[in-house]
Amino acid sequence: MTDLNAADLLTDELHDVTVTVNGAVHTARVPARRLLSDFLRHDLRLTGTHVGCEHGVCGACTVLVDGRPMRSCLMFAIQAQRHEITTVEGLGDSPERMNHVQRAFTECHGLQCGFCTPGFITTITAFLEDNPDPTEGEAREAVSGNLCRCTGYQNIVKSVLRAAELKRSEAEPPAAETAQSEESESR
Amino acid sequence: MKPGPFRYLAPASLQDAAAMLRAHADAKVLAGGQSLIPVLSMRLARPTHLVDLGGIPGLDRIEVTDAYVRVGAMVRHAQLLADEGAYAALPLLRQALVNVAHPAIRNRGTTVGSIAHADAAGEMPSVLAITDGVVEAVGPDGRREIAARDFFAGPLETTLAHDEIVEAVRFGRFPTGTRTAFRESARRHGDYALAGVAVAVTVENDRITAARASFVSVTDVPGVVDLSSVLAGADPATADWSVVDETVDAHLQPESDIHASAQYRRMLAAELTRRALAEAVAQPSTASAPGAHR
Repeated sequence: MTDLNAADLLTDELHDVTVTVNGAVHTARVPARRLLSDFLRHDLRLTGTHVGCEHGVCGACTVLVDGRPMRSCLMFAIQAQRHEITTVEGLGDSPERMNHVQRAFTECHGLQCGFCTPGFITTITAFLEDNPDPTEGEAREAVSGNLCRCTGYQNIVKSVLRAAELKRSEAEPPAAETAQSEESESR
Repeated sequence: MKPGPFRYLAPASLQDAAAMLRAHADAKVLAGGQSLIPVLSMRLARPTHLVDLGGIPGLDRIEVTDAYVRVGAMVRHAQLLADEGAYAALPLLRQALVNVAHPAIRNRGTTVGSIAHADAAGEMPSVLAITDGVVEAVGPDGRREIAARDFFAGPLETTLAHDEIVEAVRFGRFPTGTRTAFRESARRHGDYALAGVAVAVTVENDRITAARASFVSVTDVPGVVDLSSVLAGADPATADWSVVDETVDAHLQPESDIHASAQYRRMLAAELTRRALAEAVAQPSTASAPGAHR
């Protein structure tokens, strides 16, 4: 006979949860226990965010919350209500509209099975905002919270460095401006 | 791997939050959730209510005074890590925080939450201990302060009452001439450490006058071991750090698990302590840190 605790008698109470995802406002009626990762995938059908370990270790579900990477499996959707969420779809949702990190991954063979990739893309996109010109060591440290079970880390680190190059070249103004003013802009 | 049902409560003040805890015996406090939510998902805990501190104004402040660095309940690890005033006043905060998990976890997890969680593998409980820190608790009947040495009761256990909430913690500042360092060893940087150590060494006129250490993952609670008696009078430039080995070893209570044997953790803790002491005395003292807060 198993012990019954008070929580076993609870049924779900539903909340109207409104979250801004990739610039669009979405509302769904969900229980408080709905993880943000499941809210994105099941309720909003944004299946670009992948769910791996569901306890914060693998990093596959990483999304940007107000521009900063966080684990969507370690947040409840109800906690995301006052914040802007960006998923991998919001960074580039088709082969024609890929951001610099996604293009670097295709160029450098930065993905194999692709399961972990959305978490890497979001993590690296935010990292390059803070550090536009990382060393290889910094690139490695930046992805240390994300697991790739294909163990494709060498090419993922290459992709971080290539994405930084692509981002810097995007930021370069078409006309001749001094390198100094460009540098101060990107910081 | 989904949490069970619970009632979600979003109080507007700490007083309301404490009243909710008193009203519900199986309620838990939710701050950053980076330890709590995995525990809920694995159903290791089944609270009936979660009391979310996220909507309470004023809990995200860092305050630096001559005596302490005060950190509010909703200050994220990343916020404290980046705070230049806190770093200048107490470099040990940043020295330890870079070892707390990974950036995505630090962006959401709170420093106070990790202290209230009291995991023996947590870095920040041992930093609170070595700084003779203070926990500011609020309950339905008012406020009280708990010294770090009276706060940690066991692994994942504190002396906080069920209906009390940690409003803030105060990390004490070290005397002039104190240098600090933090070292830990994990299979992968950012993972739970097999062993870790925070040290503080006070040097006056090129002689060590005081030294102390606190540990991660090798003691049940983050106590402080005083190394002054074995190091006092030593010249930091030529000191033989192995004189602390016996004192350190007597302080440790490591356990064997799948990751490392108790004996290996003892060896690791001793080596990390010697390295941290050498690293600390090579640092500029806190008083001369650039931009030191006064």
